[in-house]
Amino acid sequence: MTNNELLDALHEHLGTKLIASEVLFDTLVIEVSATEAYGVIEFLKNDSALSFNFLTLIGAVHYPEEKGRELCVVYHMHSWKNAIRLRIKSYLPQENPSIKSLTPLFDGANWQERETFDFFGVKFEGHPNLTRILNMDDMDYHPMLKQYHLEDETREDKDDRFFGR
Amino acid sequence: MGKIEDLEVINGEGYQLTSLDKAVALARSNSVWPLPFATSCCGIEFMATMGSTYDLSRFGMERMSFTPRQTDLLIVAGTISKKLAPVLQKVYEQMAEPKWVLSVGACASSGGIFDTYSVLQGIDRIIPVDVYVPGCPPRPEQIIDGVINIHKLVKHEPMRRRYSEEYRHLLDTYEIEITNSEHDK
Repeated sequence: MTNNELLDALHEHLGTKLIASEVLFDTLVIEVSATEAYGVIEFLKNDSALSFNFLTLIGAVHYPEEKGRELCVVYHMHSWKNAIRLRIKSYLPQENPSIKSLTPLFDGANWQERETFDFFGVKFEGHPNLTRILNMDDMDYHPMLKQYHLEDETREDKDDRFFGR
Repeated sequence: MGKIEDLEVINGEGYQLTSLDKAVALARSNSVWPLPFATSCCGIEFMATMGSTYDLSRFGMERMSFTPRQTDLLIVAGTISKKLAPVLQKVYEQMAEPKWVLSVGACASSGGIFDTYSVLQGIDRIIPVDVYVPGCPPRPEQIIDGVINIHKLVKHEPMRRRYSEEYRHLLDTYEIEITNSEHDK
């Protein structure tokens, strides 16, 4: 299956749910709304022709300058049967970044959603245990959001003029 | 008794006199049991140091122990993340007095290149360190040199140092409780 064939099939099945599409690095990328994302992924998994049976990755991106759609949740899907991959993006507002959890569909989504919550603060509704997974439990912010510095603030031996803080 | 000549001694016919302090320090310095706490590439260098080419056991630092309760020297080799910091501090607390700490490499000593929110910027923020070994990672010779420096410290440490006010104050600054010292007093 090629990207064009896949895109035609998606247009046919999803209709207006498919907001935008492009091909990046030979992979088809589609955008769907946050409320539709769960339904679209459920359809992609269960459709016998498309058969996107494997959830490769869940991640997020922070675009602080895009008002109202600061956080982008990205799903990478893989269809073993058709040997093709697909990326699905959903944009969320900074104030209430919440999206339905994929854990009922894929057990493997559990830890990936916890990681995305840990680093970006995306709230996955319906997740059985949405707690931090990699960072310290008592950390009080989500470190991959761009308003926070990468560097450790407690370090005194570095001169800001030379280390670009 | 190969090293007894290092001490101030009075030699007599069939006997030798020295202070208990110095005899105990000598015995301690030649029987330091290390606990390797290795997390990354410095740990690999430390493994080479233990191996036959560099052969750390030539210097009386042979007996690696993997339980903190029976060790005298904590060798921290590698990046310590903030999430691991309480574990390292617990390991240190579990070691019996007297105990020493060797910080191997840039990461353990200062955070190294990992100037980031998730990495502890030097283990001396949570436990007292006796000797720092620089390098990223250090060569095995440097690690051996670090342990030899620990041996020198051990050899010149007074027996009662661990009961002193200064030592108590040092551990207080790290909020570490002194173990098994009240009982020995």
